Amino acid sequence: SGHLPWQHHVFIQTVTLIPGDGIGPEISTAVMKIFEAAKAPIQWEERNVTAIKGPGGRWMIPPEAKESMNKNKIGLKGPLKTPIAAGHPSMNLLLRKTFDLYANVRPCVSIEGFKTPYTDVDLVTIRENTEGEYSGIEHLIVDGVVQSIKLITEEASRRIAEYAFEYARNNQRTSVTAVHKANIMRMSDGLFLRKCREVAENYKDVKFTEMYLDTVCLNMVQDPSHFDVLVMPNLYGDILSDLCAGLIGGLGVTPSGNIGANGVAIFESVHGTAPDIAGKDLANPTALLLSAVMMLRHMGLHGHAKKIETACFDTIRDEKVLTKDLGGNAKCSEFTADICRRVQDMD
Amino acid sequence: MSIAARSAPVLFSTRLQPWTGLKSSANNVSLRFKYQSTNPPPAKYGGRHTVTLIPGDGIGPELLNHVRELFRFCCVPVDFEVVRVDSSASSEDDINNAVTAIKRNGVALKGNIETNHNLPPSHNPGTICFDLYANVMHCQSLPGVPTRHKDIDVIIIRENTEGEYSSLEHENVPGVVESLKIITRVNSLRIAEYAFNLAREKGRRKVTAVHKANIMKLGDGLFLQCCKEVAAGYPDITFDKMIVDNTTMQLVSKPQQFDVMVMPNLYGNVVSNVCAGLVGGPGLVPGVNYGKDYAVFETATRNTGKNIANKNIANPTATLLASCLMLDHLKLRAYAKMIRKAVLKTLSETQLQTADLGGQGTTSEVAHSIMQEIQRGGPRTSEQI
Repeated sequence: SGHLPWQHHVFIQTVTLIPGDGIGPEISTAVMKIFEAAKAPIQWEERNVTAIKGPGGRWMIPPEAKESMNKNKIGLKGPLKTPIAAGHPSMNLLLRKTFDLYANVRPCVSIEGFKTPYTDVDLVTIRENTEGEYSGIEHLIVDGVVQSIKLITEEASRRIAEYAFEYARNNQRTSVTAVHKANIMRMSDGLFLRKCREVAENYKDVKFTEMYLDTVCLNMVQDPSHFDVLVMPNLYGDILSDLCAGLIGGLGVTPSGNIGANGVAIFESVHGTAPDIAGKDLANPTALLLSAVMMLRHMGLHGHAKKIETACFDTIRDEKVLTKDLGGNAKCSEFTADICRRVQDMD
Repeated sequence: MSIAARSAPVLFSTRLQPWTGLKSSANNVSLRFKYQSTNPPPAKYGGRHTVTLIPGDGIGPELLNHVRELFRFCCVPVDFEVVRVDSSASSEDDINNAVTAIKRNGVALKGNIETNHNLPPSHNPGTICFDLYANVMHCQSLPGVPTRHKDIDVIIIRENTEGEYSSLEHENVPGVVESLKIITRVNSLRIAEYAFNLAREKGRRKVTAVHKANIMKLGDGLFLQCCKEVAAGYPDITFDKMIVDNTTMQLVSKPQQFDVMVMPNLYGNVVSNVCAGLVGGPGLVPGVNYGKDYAVFETATRNTGKNIANKNIANPTATLLASCLMLDHLKLRAYAKMIRKAVLKTLSETQLQTADLGGQGTTSEVAHSIMQEIQRGGPRTSEQI
C-alpha cells in the first residue's frame, strides 16, 4: 500500500512536496530521510510547480499541483529559480496568488554551535504578504516622475493581525508588537495600526505594543532579546525578516512558513537555488529541515518536531559534521546521516 | 589616522548650478550639477556667527544646554538664537517664526521634535521649506565603546525630500488606503551626484546604491538608473548596488564591507538606524541635513528620548559631535577639532560612560569631564584658535 510498516496504526498525513530547483531536490531528499528516521507520520506527494499557460493565456501552476495542495492543505517547498526571460511572473508570486498566502512567518532563534555576534535571538516576524508596497502598482506620471502605490486595506490588515495574535496564543508567546511608520504614513500605516489595536482587544492574554520601524531597527541590532512576535505590512516585513535572519546566521539556516486562506500552509526554505553546488552533495538542508519542523508544529505534531529539531541543533552544536557554509567540510549526506542517527538514538 | 581627523567631514554648503546647454532628460543625458564651495553664512558683529537653536522635545533641551555651556567655556564665537518648535507649539505662527529664523541664519542646531499624531498631517517644515535634500550620517566605530562589530566606517546618504515621505495619501473607498511613493529623476540625480562628489572629496572608494528595484521596478528602477548615470562620471569610484533586505542582512553580519551608501528616503531611515545601533546606539552618532543654502545639524537618529528626559542620564556625545560638525561647516575648524578630541577622549573612559553604553555616568559628569579635558590642553590665544 506504500506505507512503511510502522505507519499502519498511525494517522498518516499527506503533505505536498515541491522539491524545487538547484539544490532543492537533494535537500528535499535529506528532509525525507530524516523524517523517516524520526518515524514522522507523514507521507509525501511530490509535485512540480513550473508555470504553464492555462486556457485564456494566463500563467498558472499545473492543475495537479494545485489539486494536491488544495487536498492536502500542507506543503513543503524548496527553492525555485526565477527565470529571467520565461515571460511569466515569479513562481513564488504565482503560488502566493493561487493560494492567497497572506502571512509570511519566520521564527528566528539563535542556533547554538553556529556562532554569530548575536546569541539570544528568539523572535518571530509575521509579515503581511499580499498588499502594501508590493502591490506592483506603479506609474510614470510625466517624464522623470514615477509614482509607486502602497495599498493598505482594512481587511488585509485585520487578517494579518488576527493571525499574529492567534500564533502568539498557540505558541505560548507573550507579546505582539506592531511595527509601523504611522507618524509619516498616517493614513496607510494608521489604518494598519488601528486594525491591530482592534484585534488586540480580543486577545487580552497577549501583550500588545506598537513601535516605529526605525526604533525597531535601532534596538534590534543592539539587543534583539527584547523582541517577541512582530507583525507588520509587506515592505517592513521583508526588510525586518531578512535582518533577523542575518542575526541568526543567514538564509541557509532560517525557516519560513506561508499561511493562506482556506487552511493552506506552505513551508519553505528562503535561500536561493545555489546552482553552483547543485548535485554535488554539498548543500546544507538546515533551512528546509527547520521549515519542515515548523510544519510539524503547525500540524500539531509537537513531539516529532521537537525530536527532529533537537537532533539538528545537536549536530550543529557538536561541530563535528558540518556542511561548508556552517564552517565544516562534510557532505550533505553525512550531515543528514548524523541527524538521522541522533533521531534514532532518541527512541 | 587619528579618529578626530577622520570623523570631521569637511563639508561646505553647496551651490547647485546646472550646466548651460541642458538637454532633455529623456535623451539619457544626465543633468550635471556642478558643485562649488561657497562661503558659510557671513559672520556678523565682529566675527561672531549666529546659529538658530531648536531645543525640541525630550532630551533635546538639556543636551543643547550642555552645548551652549561648552561653547561659552571654550569662547566659541557663536551666538545662539533660540527658537521653540516642539510638539506643544501648535500655532502656525510659531513654525513660521522658526522658519524665518533659520532662513536668516542659514545654520541650525536642533534637538528632536516629537510628532503629534493628533495634529493634522503637515509636511516637515524643515525639509520642505529649506529643501534639505541630503541627510548625511557618518557612522564609525568609536574607541572604548562596547559593540558586537568593530571597524565600521560607513557614510550613509539618504534622499530627504521625496520617496515614501511625500505625505500623499488618500482613502479611495472606506477601508482602502493608497499611499504614494514619488521618485523623480531630478532628485535622484541630485542625491546621487551629492553622494559621488562626497565620496571623491573624502577619498572613499565605493558607493553602494540601496534599492528594491526587483519589486518596485519603475520607482526604484529610476533611482538606480540615475545612480548609474552619475557613476559613469566618477570612474575612480566603484559603483555597487544592493537590495535593501539583503543590505540589512549584510549589515548585521559584515558591516565592514560598506563604504558610502546612497538610497531613497525610507531605506535611508532603516539603514541609518541599523548602523547607529551597530556602532553603539542613538547617543553617539551625529547627523546633518544639507540643502543648497542651509544646513541643519542634529543627532542622526531622530529619537526624542522622552523616557529619559531631565534625568541627567542622556548621552550628550551625538549632540556634541553634531555641534562640532556645525563648527566645521562655519569654518571654525580649530574649535571643532578641540571639542571633538575632548568628547572622544571622555567617551573612551569606561567609568564615565552613560547608561546607554552600559555605564553609570551622568550627563553632567560627561560634560564636566569634557571641559576638564579641554582645559588640560592649556590656555590658548586667539591666534592658536
